[in-house]
Amino acid sequence: MADITQLEAFVTQVRRDIVRQVHKVNSGHPGGSLGCAEFLVALYQQVLQRKEGFNMDGNQEDIFFLSNGHISPVFYSVLARSGYFPVEELNTFRLLNSRLQGHPTTHEGLPGIRIASGSLGQGISVAIGAAAAKKLNNDNHIVYALCGDGELQEGQNWEAIMYASGNKVDNLIVTVDLNGQQIDGSTDTVLPLGNVKGKFEAFGWEVITIEQGNDIQAILEGMERAKAKTGQGKPVCVLLQTVMGNGVDFMMHTHAWHGKAPNDEQLASALAQNSETLGDY
Amino acid sequence: MKTYIDTGKKDTRSGFGAGLTELGKTNENVVALCADLTGSLKMDAFKANHPQRFFQVGIAEANMMGMAAGLTIGGKIPFTGTFANFSTGRVYDQIRQSIAYSGKNVKICASHAGVTLGEDGATHQILEDLGLMKMLPGMTVINTCDYNQTKAATIAIADYDGPVYLRFGRPKVANFTPENSSFTIGKAVELQEGTDVTIIATGHLVWEALEACKTLQEKGISAGVINIHTIKPLDAAAILKRVAITGCVVTAEEHNYLGGLGESVSRILAENHPVPQEFVATQDTFGESGTPDQLMEKYGLNAAAIVKAATKVVARK
Repeated sequence: MADITQLEAFVTQVRRDIVRQVHKVNSGHPGGSLGCAEFLVALYQQVLQRKEGFNMDGNQEDIFFLSNGHISPVFYSVLARSGYFPVEELNTFRLLNSRLQGHPTTHEGLPGIRIASGSLGQGISVAIGAAAAKKLNNDNHIVYALCGDGELQEGQNWEAIMYASGNKVDNLIVTVDLNGQQIDGSTDTVLPLGNVKGKFEAFGWEVITIEQGNDIQAILEGMERAKAKTGQGKPVCVLLQTVMGNGVDFMMHTHAWHGKAPNDEQLASALAQNSETLGDY
Repeated sequence: MKTYIDTGKKDTRSGFGAGLTELGKTNENVVALCADLTGSLKMDAFKANHPQRFFQVGIAEANMMGMAAGLTIGGKIPFTGTFANFSTGRVYDQIRQSIAYSGKNVKICASHAGVTLGEDGATHQILEDLGLMKMLPGMTVINTCDYNQTKAATIAIADYDGPVYLRFGRPKVANFTPENSSFTIGKAVELQEGTDVTIIATGHLVWEALEACKTLQEKGISAGVINIHTIKPLDAAAILKRVAITGCVVTAEEHNYLGGLGESVSRILAENHPVPQEFVATQDTFGESGTPDQLMEKYGLNAAAIVKAATKVVARK
């Protein structure tokens, strides 16, 4: 079992990376990034069975797809601090000629990225394809994907969700970041998602709920349960209940920080709440 | 003038099916996905021979394109199959982000392109797909003319690393490409060496161009024919070589004149050797129900239309 304290310290540093990246270029998406910091740290530091270095095909290792590409600040921070590229490169987030584009892409050759995402609703389909390739290759590793809850409003997801159960794609774990917020407001006010658990179950998926989606221990336990459900003829969905903006008090419990950068004063406040643990870039 | 023999009318989609069947036996990385049109796309044999490598995705083309992108990540070479309309316009953003921008080795195989789809009408007859696909950075765009060429192209694109749009059709048309002739992506095929006008044709219009050539000869006009199976990248050298001699061009395609082969040729000419050009293509319109022959006649997409355009463009020199 991982040292929880160590992973929490890792998360604190990732939070700093997120707000610093976004502040520097006065653009980007801190809210959802902060909400998923614990999950992605747990995933890359503990859950994924991954190889050293980066190989696009990801044979004989677990692979992960980020469908909600706008939370690139957290993805870049976790990838860099997991050894995929130099941490200093976080300095180039969203700048001209950077490999760290506003939304993740393979186009600039950034290690760790296997598909472009940003236009929403495409990640589950890609993950299903990669999972099918693993089966054809007799590779018993798992394909993971993360998507947002508002993202489920895109119809392609439901094509993919229907396909995965109908075709017993059981080497797939899709996590939905249930933070209840999207750009225009709460998901309930924009387009209610209804009973997400019931919908996935009705589509034939195993569903695991992690109620404390910002608690490392809860995430690790939930993902263990999810992993235990793989290989049994059903795709697995993890409903991760998170707080958008988690770890920065003024960004929490609101959709206001979905796609807005902090000013100098707000940055100072955010950093004061999250002390340096692994060293700033 | 060279003579081309129609060895018996066949549909180009069957050429795709035959090529895919062969690839199934020769390349174990080739996988196929279909959105509920297995019979129409002639993918039955591949499905029967390799059930594990065939993915029936149902009527869900967006998911099919995403899955195809994902399959490349394990080293597979996915061939997607559905009608041209549902292979492009319906899934443009999936192709753009998950395949083209992501640089994935997906072969988008599109049947029933253009008005020759026939009686189903305009909802199914896409005339904009070449434009949509050629605008995507990194996308190779191929439109084959007959059964043998479609089969050869299907086999050839498996060996090319990168996204490809392969367009073919439904009706039975003349099959004149020699069996087992090689297919080189981006290399035009010069079929006739005329001196008065160069007809640059793609897809079903290539045979019509050869037929037009005969009529034009009777009228005293020496017409050349270039078969452009690869619209992107376009073989500019082959075009310019002949245009230097003839000094005028007719382009012919079963596609809107906006965004098709004709416009790509115009750009090459404008940059290198401006000459008069006439466009045999649909004129910014949707199609309609009818038989393929009736529709090709009504929309000016046959040998007679090419003869008319050639006569006109020669007079403009």
